[in-house]
Amino acid sequence: MSLIQEKLKEVIESNEVILFMKGSPDFPQCGFSGRTAQILEACEVPFASVDVLADSAVRDGIKEYSNWPTVPQLYVRGEFVGGCDIMTEMYESGDLLKVLKPESN
Amino acid sequence: MVTPQDIQGWIASGLADSDVTVEGDGQHFEAMIICSQFDGKSLIQRHQMVYGVLGDKMKSEIHALSMKTMTPQEYNGGAEN
Repeated sequence: MSLIQEKLKEVIESNEVILFMKGSPDFPQCGFSGRTAQILEACEVPFASVDVLADSAVRDGIKEYSNWPTVPQLYVRGEFVGGCDIMTEMYESGDLLKVLKPESN
Repeated sequence: MVTPQDIQGWIASGLADSDVTVEGDGQHFEAMIICSQFDGKSLIQRHQMVYGVLGDKMKSEIHALSMKTMTPQEYNGGAEN
């Protein structure tokens, strides 16, 4: 595993909920990233975020990490959950809350 | 420039037994993909199948693609998913 992959693994596993996005939750640089941050805020869970635009090694590395070609990407307790479409669909069905807050079910 | 028809063709030819509809403006595209191969697969697996078919085109030609993935049963409203 390359250094960047090891670093990503460490960051992902040390944050219960972490969103890799373009920009920040307050200043998203892409509509899809903004929507995913809003969904997490609507779910009222604390989450960490990483701005992939700040580091091209992270931007490329995260796509390799999950074998997923796009950003945003959500990870919960170390597991890749999905991108914007999947988060939107899971939010609407209620499944996202179950993943984010398993103790409340 | 990539057209919705291009993407429709790429996905349909790579996914056997699929029904693909794509709309878009050359930058952002929306695809509806109905495919019997999605049966029993998670959403992540379904999207990865489509990304796998598109390959490097996701890195270069296609800026943003959002998709809905359904089995024929789900599309017809008989979803137990």
